[in-house]
Amino acid sequence: MKTLDAVIAESPVFAGLTQEQLEFIAGCAQNVHFEEGQIIAKRGDAADAFYLLRIGEVALDIDVPNKKSVRVDTVEAGQVLGWSWLIPPYQWNYEVTATELVRAVSFDGACIRDKCASDTELGYALLMRFSQVIVGRLQATRLRLIDIYGADTH
Amino acid sequence: MAQTLTETAGSLEAMTPVPYAVTAKRQDTYDTWTLELEPVDGAPIVPGPGQFNMLYAFGVGEVPISNAGNFETDERLVHTIRAVGAVTKALCAAEIGTIVGVRGPFGNTWPIVEAKGKDVVVVAGGIGLPPLRPAIYHVLKNRKDYGRFALLYGARTPTDLVFLDEVKSWQCNYDVDLDITVDVGDTDWKGKVGLVTKLIPPAQFDADDAQAFVVGPEIMMKFVAQELMNRDLPAESINVSLERTMRCGVGLCGHCQIGPTLVCRDGACYTWDKVEKLLAVKEL
Repeated sequence: MKTLDAVIAESPVFAGLTQEQLEFIAGCAQNVHFEEGQIIAKRGDAADAFYLLRIGEVALDIDVPNKKSVRVDTVEAGQVLGWSWLIPPYQWNYEVTATELVRAVSFDGACIRDKCASDTELGYALLMRFSQVIVGRLQATRLRLIDIYGADTH
Repeated sequence: MAQTLTETAGSLEAMTPVPYAVTAKRQDTYDTWTLELEPVDGAPIVPGPGQFNMLYAFGVGEVPISNAGNFETDERLVHTIRAVGAVTKALCAAEIGTIVGVRGPFGNTWPIVEAKGKDVVVVAGGIGLPPLRPAIYHVLKNRKDYGRFALLYGARTPTDLVFLDEVKSWQCNYDVDLDITVDVGDTDWKGKVGLVTKLIPPAQFDADDAQAFVVGPEIMMKFVAQELMNRDLPAESINVSLERTMRCGVGLCGHCQIGPTLVCRDGACYTWDKVEKLLAVKEL
Protein backbone atom coordinates (compact mmCIF):
# COMPACT_ATOMS: atom_id res chain seq x y z
CA MET A 1 0.00 0.00 0.00
CA LYS A 2 1.34 3.39 -1.01
CA THR A 3 2.03 6.06 1.54
CA LEU A 4 0.23 9.36 1.13
CA ASP A 5 3.39 11.19 0.13
CA ALA A 6 3.96 8.61 -2.63
CA VAL A 7 0.38 9.05 -3.86
CA ILE A 8 0.76 12.82 -3.80
CA ALA A 9 4.10 12.69 -5.61
CA GLU A 10 2.45 10.92 -8.56
CA SER A 11 0.15 13.85 -9.21
CA PRO A 12 1.45 16.28 -11.85
CA VAL A 13 0.39 19.13 -9.57
CA PHE A 14 2.95 18.11 -6.96
CA ALA A 15 5.62 16.79 -9.31
CA GLY A 16 9.06 18.18 -8.62
CA LEU A 17 8.56 19.00 -4.95
CA THR A 18 11.31 17.90 -2.61
CA GLN A 19 10.80 14.86 -0.41
CA GLU A 20 10.73 17.14 2.61
CA GLN A 21 8.01 19.29 1.06
CA LEU A 22 6.01 16.21 0.06
CA GLU A 23 6.23 14.80 3.56
CA PHE A 24 5.03 18.07 5.04
CA ILE A 25 2.07 18.22 2.65
CA ALA A 26 1.28 14.56 3.34
CA GLY A 27 1.22 15.45 7.02
CA CYS A 28 -1.67 17.81 6.25
CA ALA A 29 -3.51 15.18 4.18
CA GLN A 30 -5.90 12.33 4.76
CA ASN A 31 -7.86 9.86 2.68
CA VAL A 32 -11.54 10.65 2.35
CA HIS A 33 -14.49 9.34 0.40
CA PHE A 34 -17.83 10.79 -0.68
CA GLU A 35 -20.94 8.90 -1.67
CA GLU A 36 -22.71 9.62 -4.94
CA GLY A 37 -24.84 12.73 -4.50
CA GLN A 38 -23.01 13.91 -1.40
CA ILE A 39 -22.35 17.64 -1.30
CA ILE A 40 -18.68 18.32 -0.69
CA ALA A 41 -18.86 22.10 -0.44
CA LYS A 42 -21.39 24.88 -0.88
CA ARG A 43 -20.84 28.30 -2.38
CA GLY A 44 -19.64 30.66 0.35
CA ASP A 45 -18.38 27.88 2.62
CA ALA A 46 -14.94 28.42 4.09
CA ALA A 47 -12.41 26.90 1.72
CA ASP A 48 -10.36 25.08 4.32
CA ALA A 49 -9.53 22.14 2.13
CA PHE A 50 -8.67 21.04 -1.38
CA TYR A 51 -8.71 17.57 -2.85
CA LEU A 52 -6.73 15.31 -5.15
CA LEU A 53 -9.30 13.01 -6.72
CA ARG A 54 -8.14 9.40 -6.96
CA ILE A 55 -11.38 7.77 -8.09
CA GLY A 56 -14.66 9.27 -9.28
CA GLU A 57 -15.94 12.59 -10.46
CA VAL A 58 -17.39 15.74 -8.91
CA ALA A 59 -19.56 18.46 -10.43
CA LEU A 60 -19.35 22.20 -9.90
CA ASP A 61 -22.76 23.84 -9.99
CA ILE A 62 -24.02 27.41 -9.83
CA ASP A 63 -27.49 28.09 -8.44
CA VAL A 64 -29.74 30.07 -10.75
CA PRO A 65 -32.77 31.63 -9.02
CA ASN A 66 -36.04 30.04 -10.08
CA LYS A 67 -34.25 27.61 -12.43
CA LYS A 68 -32.24 24.43 -12.28
CA SER A 69 -28.66 24.79 -11.23
CA VAL A 70 -26.15 25.11 -14.07
CA ARG A 71 -23.35 22.57 -14.14
CA VAL A 72 -20.30 24.56 -15.20
CA ASP A 73 -17.53 22.03 -14.81
CA THR A 74 -16.63 18.56 -13.67
CA VAL A 75 -13.40 17.45 -12.09
CA GLU A 76 -12.26 13.89 -12.68
CA ALA A 77 -9.86 11.39 -11.15
CA GLY A 78 -6.27 12.58 -11.21
CA GLN A 79 -7.24 16.25 -11.03
CA VAL A 80 -7.17 18.73 -8.20
CA LEU A 81 -10.41 20.11 -6.85
CA GLY A 82 -10.29 23.54 -5.28
CA TRP A 83 -7.97 26.51 -5.36
CA SER A 84 -9.98 28.92 -3.23
CA TRP A 85 -8.07 27.76 -0.14
CA LEU A 86 -5.06 29.64 -1.52
CA ILE A 87 -6.62 32.98 -2.38
CA PRO A 88 -8.60 35.34 -0.13
CA PRO A 89 -11.39 35.36 0.91
CA TYR A 90 -10.86 31.58 1.09
CA GLN A 91 -14.40 30.67 0.15
CA TRP A 92 -15.81 28.07 -2.24
CA ASN A 93 -17.25 29.61 -5.40
CA TYR A 94 -19.46 26.71 -6.44
CA GLU A 95 -21.55 23.94 -5.00
CA VAL A 96 -19.48 20.80 -5.33
CA THR A 97 -21.26 17.45 -5.53
CA ALA A 98 -19.91 13.94 -5.94
CA THR A 99 -21.67 12.58 -9.04
CA GLU A 100 -20.39 9.09 -8.25
CA LEU A 101 -18.44 7.44 -5.46
CA VAL A 102 -15.35 9.56 -4.92
CA ARG A 103 -12.15 8.56 -3.20
CA ALA A 104 -9.75 11.44 -2.71
CA VAL A 105 -6.91 12.83 -0.71
CA SER A 106 -8.09 15.79 1.34
CA PHE A 107 -5.59 18.50 2.22
CA ASP A 108 -5.89 20.88 5.15
CA GLY A 109 -5.68 24.15 3.23
CA ALA A 110 -5.39 26.35 6.32
CA CYS A 111 -2.45 24.28 7.60
CA ILE A 112 -0.62 24.43 4.28
CA ARG A 113 -1.40 28.14 3.91
CA ASP A 114 0.17 28.89 7.28
CA LYS A 115 3.24 26.89 6.36
CA CYS A 116 3.52 28.69 3.01
CA ALA A 117 3.57 32.03 4.86
CA SER A 118 6.66 31.02 6.79
CA ASP A 119 8.28 28.73 4.19
CA THR A 120 8.34 30.97 1.14
CA GLU A 121 10.11 28.35 -0.99
CA LEU A 122 7.21 25.94 -0.47
CA GLY A 123 4.76 28.79 -0.88
CA TYR A 124 6.25 29.79 -4.22
CA ALA A 125 6.36 26.19 -5.43
CA LEU A 126 2.70 25.63 -4.59
CA LEU A 127 1.64 28.99 -6.00
CA MET A 128 3.33 28.12 -9.31
CA ARG A 129 1.57 24.76 -9.44
CA PHE A 130 -1.87 26.02 -8.52
CA SER A 131 -1.47 28.93 -10.93
CA GLN A 132 -1.26 26.33 -13.69
CA VAL A 133 -4.47 24.73 -12.47
CA ILE A 134 -6.18 28.13 -12.37
CA VAL A 135 -4.84 29.18 -15.78
CA GLY A 136 -5.95 25.87 -17.30
CA ARG A 137 -9.48 26.40 -16.03
CA LEU A 138 -9.44 30.05 -17.17
CA GLN A 139 -8.35 29.09 -20.68
CA ALA A 140 -10.98 26.39 -20.90
CA THR A 141 -13.59 28.91 -19.79
CA ARG A 142 -12.49 31.43 -22.40
CA LEU A 143 -12.69 28.81 -25.14
CA ARG A 144 -16.20 27.97 -24.05
CA LEU A 145 -17.08 31.66 -24.33
CA ILE A 146 -16.28 31.61 -28.05
CA ASP A 147 -18.53 28.59 -28.56
CA ILE A 148 -16.12 26.30 -30.35
CA TYR A 149 -18.93 24.07 -31.59
CA GLY A 150 -20.75 26.96 -33.27
CA ALA A 151 -22.39 26.44 -36.61
CA ASP A 152 -21.73 28.04 -39.98
CA THR A 153 -24.51 29.86 -41.76
CA HIS A 154 -25.28 28.13 -45.09
CA MET B 1 -15.62 1.37 -54.08
CA ALA B 2 -16.18 5.07 -53.59
CA GLN B 3 -16.76 7.04 -56.72
CA THR B 4 -15.67 10.61 -57.09
CA LEU B 5 -16.74 13.23 -59.54
CA THR B 6 -13.71 15.39 -58.90
CA GLU B 7 -11.86 13.94 -61.89
CA THR B 8 -14.76 14.93 -64.12
CA ALA B 9 -14.47 18.60 -63.24
CA GLY B 10 -16.34 20.78 -65.67
CA SER B 11 -18.38 17.95 -67.12
CA LEU B 12 -22.14 18.12 -67.32
CA GLU B 13 -22.33 15.08 -65.05
CA ALA B 14 -20.41 16.77 -62.26
CA MET B 15 -22.47 19.94 -62.37
CA THR B 16 -25.97 18.52 -62.78
CA PRO B 17 -27.96 17.71 -59.65
CA VAL B 18 -29.50 14.25 -59.67
CA PRO B 19 -33.02 14.07 -58.24
CA TYR B 20 -33.25 12.19 -54.94
CA ALA B 21 -36.32 11.65 -52.83
CA VAL B 22 -36.40 12.07 -49.09
CA THR B 23 -37.38 8.59 -47.85
CA ALA B 24 -36.89 9.04 -44.12
CA LYS B 25 -36.42 11.94 -41.77
CA ARG B 26 -35.52 12.16 -38.12
CA GLN B 27 -35.12 15.13 -35.81
CA ASP B 28 -31.88 14.74 -33.88
CA THR B 29 -31.87 17.95 -31.85
CA TYR B 30 -33.85 21.17 -31.70
CA ASP B 31 -32.11 22.42 -34.87
CA THR B 32 -30.72 19.31 -36.53
CA TRP B 33 -32.35 16.71 -38.76
CA THR B 34 -31.11 13.59 -40.51
CA LEU B 35 -32.44 12.87 -43.99
CA GLU B 36 -32.23 9.59 -45.86
CA LEU B 37 -32.26 9.94 -49.62
CA GLU B 38 -32.79 7.50 -52.47
CA PRO B 39 -32.44 8.21 -56.18
CA VAL B 40 -35.63 8.83 -58.09
CA ASP B 41 -34.18 7.03 -61.04
CA GLY B 42 -30.98 5.14 -61.76
CA ALA B 43 -28.07 3.85 -59.72
CA PRO B 44 -27.38 5.36 -56.30
CA ILE B 45 -24.34 7.47 -55.56
CA VAL B 46 -21.82 5.43 -53.58
CA PRO B 47 -19.68 7.71 -51.44
CA GLY B 48 -16.71 6.83 -49.26
CA PRO B 49 -16.06 7.79 -45.63
CA GLY B 50 -15.19 11.48 -45.48
CA GLN B 51 -16.70 12.48 -48.81
CA PHE B 52 -19.44 15.05 -49.18
CA ASN B 53 -22.32 15.76 -51.52
CA MET B 54 -23.77 19.02 -52.72
CA LEU B 55 -27.43 19.08 -51.72
CA TYR B 56 -29.71 21.36 -53.67
CA ALA B 57 -32.94 22.67 -52.18
CA PHE B 58 -34.61 23.61 -55.44
CA GLY B 59 -35.25 27.31 -55.71
CA VAL B 60 -33.23 28.11 -52.61
CA GLY B 61 -29.66 27.01 -53.08
CA GLU B 62 -27.01 24.36 -52.70
CA VAL B 63 -24.78 23.42 -49.76
CA PRO B 64 -22.05 20.87 -49.14
CA ILE B 65 -23.06 18.24 -46.61
CA SER B 66 -20.89 15.36 -45.44
CA ASN B 67 -22.06 11.82 -45.89
CA ALA B 68 -23.15 10.26 -42.62
CA GLY B 69 -24.39 6.87 -43.78
CA ASN B 70 -23.29 3.44 -42.72
CA PHE B 71 -21.82 2.37 -46.02
CA GLU B 72 -20.98 -1.04 -44.62
CA THR B 73 -24.60 -2.14 -44.76
CA ASP B 74 -26.65 0.52 -46.50
CA GLU B 75 -26.47 2.34 -49.82
CA ARG B 76 -28.97 5.03 -48.90
CA LEU B 77 -27.53 8.50 -48.68
CA VAL B 78 -27.69 9.82 -45.14
CA HIS B 79 -27.10 13.47 -44.36
CA THR B 80 -27.33 15.17 -40.98
CA ILE B 81 -28.07 18.85 -41.36
CA ARG B 82 -28.21 21.72 -38.90
CA ALA B 83 -30.75 24.37 -39.84
CA VAL B 84 -28.76 27.58 -39.65
CA GLY B 85 -29.17 29.31 -43.01
CA ALA B 86 -31.72 29.57 -45.80
CA VAL B 87 -30.62 26.42 -47.64
CA THR B 88 -30.15 24.19 -44.62
CA LYS B 89 -33.47 25.38 -43.20
CA ALA B 90 -35.16 24.45 -46.49
CA LEU B 91 -33.51 21.02 -46.47
CA CYS B 92 -34.46 20.39 -42.86
CA ALA B 93 -38.04 21.39 -43.66
CA ALA B 94 -38.25 18.85 -46.51
CA GLU B 95 -40.99 16.29 -45.95
CA ILE B 96 -40.81 12.64 -46.91
CA GLY B 97 -41.22 12.43 -50.67
CA THR B 98 -39.67 15.83 -51.29
CA ILE B 99 -37.24 15.85 -54.19
CA VAL B 100 -33.83 17.40 -53.63
CA GLY B 101 -30.89 17.63 -55.98
CA VAL B 102 -27.69 15.75 -55.24
CA ARG B 103 -24.26 16.15 -56.79
CA GLY B 104 -21.33 14.07 -55.70
CA PRO B 105 -19.62 12.40 -54.09
CA PHE B 106 -16.81 14.92 -53.90
CA GLY B 107 -13.50 15.11 -52.15
CA ASN B 108 -11.16 12.52 -50.73
CA THR B 109 -11.78 9.87 -48.09
CA TRP B 110 -10.57 9.24 -44.56
CA PRO B 111 -7.48 6.97 -44.56
CA ILE B 112 -9.38 4.57 -42.35
CA VAL B 113 -8.25 1.43 -44.18
CA GLU B 114 -4.64 2.59 -43.85
CA ALA B 115 -5.17 2.82 -40.09
CA LYS B 116 -5.62 -0.95 -39.78
CA GLY B 117 -3.56 -2.42 -36.98
CA LYS B 118 -3.39 0.91 -35.15
CA ASP B 119 -5.28 2.45 -32.27
CA VAL B 120 -8.02 4.78 -33.47
CA VAL B 121 -8.99 8.03 -31.77
CA VAL B 122 -12.11 9.77 -33.02
CA VAL B 123 -12.80 13.26 -31.71
CA ALA B 124 -16.10 14.86 -32.66
CA GLY B 125 -17.46 18.26 -31.76
CA GLY B 126 -21.19 18.98 -31.99
CA ILE B 127 -22.48 18.10 -35.42
CA GLY B 128 -19.00 16.82 -36.28
CA LEU B 129 -20.01 13.30 -35.33
CA PRO B 130 -22.10 12.46 -38.44
CA PRO B 131 -19.23 12.99 -40.93
CA LEU B 132 -17.22 10.50 -38.87
CA ARG B 133 -20.00 7.93 -38.74
CA PRO B 134 -19.03 6.12 -41.98
CA ALA B 135 -15.44 5.72 -40.77
CA ILE B 136 -16.64 4.63 -37.34
CA TYR B 137 -18.83 1.94 -38.87
CA HIS B 138 -15.92 0.72 -40.95
CA VAL B 139 -13.87 0.25 -37.78
CA LEU B 140 -16.76 -1.38 -35.94
CA LYS B 141 -17.40 -3.82 -38.78
CA ASN B 142 -13.71 -4.72 -38.85
CA ARG B 143 -13.14 -4.27 -35.13
CA LYS B 144 -10.53 -7.01 -34.76
CA ASP B 145 -8.36 -5.35 -37.41
CA TYR B 146 -7.86 -2.29 -35.24
CA GLY B 147 -6.35 -1.67 -31.83
CA ARG B 148 -7.97 0.36 -29.10
CA PHE B 149 -10.79 2.63 -30.19
CA ALA B 150 -11.36 5.88 -28.29
CA LEU B 151 -14.42 7.93 -29.20
CA LEU B 152 -14.37 11.40 -27.63
CA TYR B 153 -17.43 13.53 -28.16
CA GLY B 154 -18.11 17.09 -27.07
CA ALA B 155 -21.05 19.42 -27.58
CA ARG B 156 -22.36 22.71 -26.28
CA THR B 157 -25.15 21.19 -24.19
CA PRO B 158 -26.65 17.72 -23.69
CA THR B 159 -29.39 18.61 -26.18
CA ASP B 160 -26.77 19.24 -28.87
CA LEU B 161 -25.51 15.65 -28.78
CA VAL B 162 -26.62 13.70 -31.85
CA PHE B 163 -26.86 9.92 -32.36
CA LEU B 164 -26.45 9.53 -28.60
CA ASP B 165 -28.27 6.19 -28.25
CA GLU B 166 -26.33 4.83 -31.20
CA VAL B 167 -23.04 6.04 -29.75
CA LYS B 168 -23.79 4.35 -26.43
CA SER B 169 -24.62 1.12 -28.25
CA TRP B 170 -21.17 1.20 -29.85
CA GLN B 171 -19.64 1.40 -26.41
CA CYS B 172 -21.60 -1.63 -25.24
CA ASN B 173 -21.20 -3.79 -28.31
CA TYR B 174 -17.82 -3.01 -29.83
CA ASP B 175 -15.31 -2.32 -27.06
CA VAL B 176 -15.26 1.42 -27.65
CA ASP B 177 -13.69 3.68 -25.02
CA LEU B 178 -16.41 6.33 -25.08
CA ASP B 179 -16.11 9.66 -23.32
CA ILE B 180 -18.56 12.54 -23.64
CA THR B 181 -18.52 16.09 -22.34
CA VAL B 182 -20.65 19.19 -22.73
CA ASP B 183 -19.80 22.85 -22.27
CA VAL B 184 -22.71 23.47 -19.96
CA GLY B 185 -25.01 21.00 -18.30
CA ASP B 186 -27.61 21.00 -15.61
CA THR B 187 -28.02 18.79 -12.61
CA ASP B 188 -29.83 16.18 -14.75
CA TRP B 189 -26.67 15.75 -16.83
CA LYS B 190 -24.68 12.93 -15.29
CA GLY B 191 -21.66 13.18 -17.58
CA LYS B 192 -18.64 15.39 -17.78
CA VAL B 193 -18.69 19.15 -18.23
CA GLY B 194 -15.91 21.00 -20.01
CA LEU B 195 -14.27 21.22 -23.39
CA VAL B 196 -13.75 18.14 -25.53
CA THR B 197 -10.01 18.69 -25.13
CA LYS B 198 -10.26 17.56 -21.50
CA LEU B 199 -11.09 14.06 -22.75
CA ILE B 200 -7.77 13.63 -24.52
CA PRO B 201 -5.25 13.31 -21.65
CA PRO B 202 -6.97 10.29 -20.07
CA ALA B 203 -7.88 8.60 -23.39
CA GLN B 204 -6.37 5.17 -23.93
CA PHE B 205 -4.20 5.02 -27.06
CA ASP B 206 -0.60 4.46 -28.04
CA ALA B 207 0.62 7.71 -29.61
CA ASP B 208 3.36 5.82 -31.45
CA ASP B 209 0.84 3.68 -33.26
CA ALA B 210 -2.44 5.55 -33.55
CA GLN B 211 -4.46 7.56 -36.03
CA ALA B 212 -6.81 10.33 -34.96
CA PHE B 213 -9.86 11.50 -36.90
CA VAL B 214 -11.21 14.87 -35.86
CA VAL B 215 -14.28 16.77 -37.05
CA GLY B 216 -15.76 19.96 -35.71
CA PRO B 217 -15.43 23.67 -36.27
CA GLU B 218 -11.88 24.64 -37.21
CA ILE B 219 -11.31 26.41 -33.91
CA MET B 220 -12.18 23.19 -32.09
CA MET B 221 -9.95 21.07 -34.33
CA LYS B 222 -7.08 23.45 -33.69
CA PHE B 223 -7.22 22.95 -29.93
CA VAL B 224 -7.90 19.23 -30.23
CA ALA B 225 -4.90 18.78 -32.51
CA GLN B 226 -2.73 20.67 -30.05
CA GLU B 227 -3.89 18.47 -27.19
CA LEU B 228 -3.31 15.31 -29.25
CA MET B 229 0.21 16.52 -30.02
CA ASN B 230 0.71 17.13 -26.30
CA ARG B 231 0.13 13.38 -26.03
CA ASP B 232 2.98 12.98 -28.59
CA LEU B 233 0.70 11.99 -31.44
CA PRO B 234 2.47 13.25 -34.60
CA ALA B 235 0.70 15.87 -36.72
CA GLU B 236 0.88 13.43 -39.64
CA SER B 237 -1.31 11.03 -37.66
CA ILE B 238 -4.03 13.59 -36.99
CA ASN B 239 -6.69 13.68 -39.70
CA VAL B 240 -9.10 16.60 -39.84
CA SER B 241 -11.91 17.58 -42.17
CA LEU B 242 -12.06 21.20 -43.28
CA GLU B 243 -15.30 22.92 -44.03
CA ARG B 244 -15.14 25.86 -46.38
CA THR B 245 -17.62 27.51 -48.70
CA MET B 246 -17.78 24.85 -51.37
CA ARG B 247 -19.76 25.85 -54.44
CA CYS B 248 -18.81 23.82 -57.53
CA GLY B 249 -17.40 20.82 -55.67
CA VAL B 250 -14.87 20.07 -58.41
CA GLY B 251 -12.10 22.63 -57.98
CA LEU B 252 -13.25 25.12 -60.60
CA CYS B 253 -14.78 28.08 -58.80
CA GLY B 254 -12.16 28.61 -56.09
CA HIS B 255 -14.61 29.49 -53.33
CA CYS B 256 -13.09 26.87 -51.03
CA GLN B 257 -9.49 27.87 -51.63
CA ILE B 258 -7.31 27.98 -48.57
CA GLY B 259 -3.76 28.88 -49.47
CA PRO B 260 -2.50 26.47 -52.14
CA THR B 261 -5.29 23.95 -51.73
CA LEU B 262 -8.89 23.68 -52.84
CA VAL B 263 -10.80 21.92 -50.10
CA CYS B 264 -13.43 20.38 -52.39
CA ARG B 265 -10.80 18.89 -54.68
CA ASP B 266 -7.84 18.15 -52.40
CA GLY B 267 -9.78 17.59 -49.14
CA ALA B 268 -11.89 17.84 -47.26
CA CYS B 269 -9.74 15.33 -45.29
CA TYR B 270 -6.22 16.51 -44.50
CA THR B 271 -3.55 15.54 -42.06
CA TRP B 272 -2.84 18.26 -39.53
CA ASP B 273 0.73 18.87 -40.74
CA LYS B 274 -0.71 19.96 -44.11
CA VAL B 275 -3.11 22.57 -42.72
CA GLU B 276 -1.82 23.70 -39.36
CA LYS B 277 0.04 26.72 -40.73
CA LEU B 278 -2.79 27.62 -43.12
CA LEU B 279 -5.31 27.70 -40.30
CA ALA B 280 -2.99 29.96 -38.31
CA VAL B 281 -3.28 32.69 -40.96
CA LYS B 282 -5.77 35.30 -39.85
CA GLU B 283 -8.99 35.46 -41.87
CA LEU B 284 -7.72 32.97 -44.46
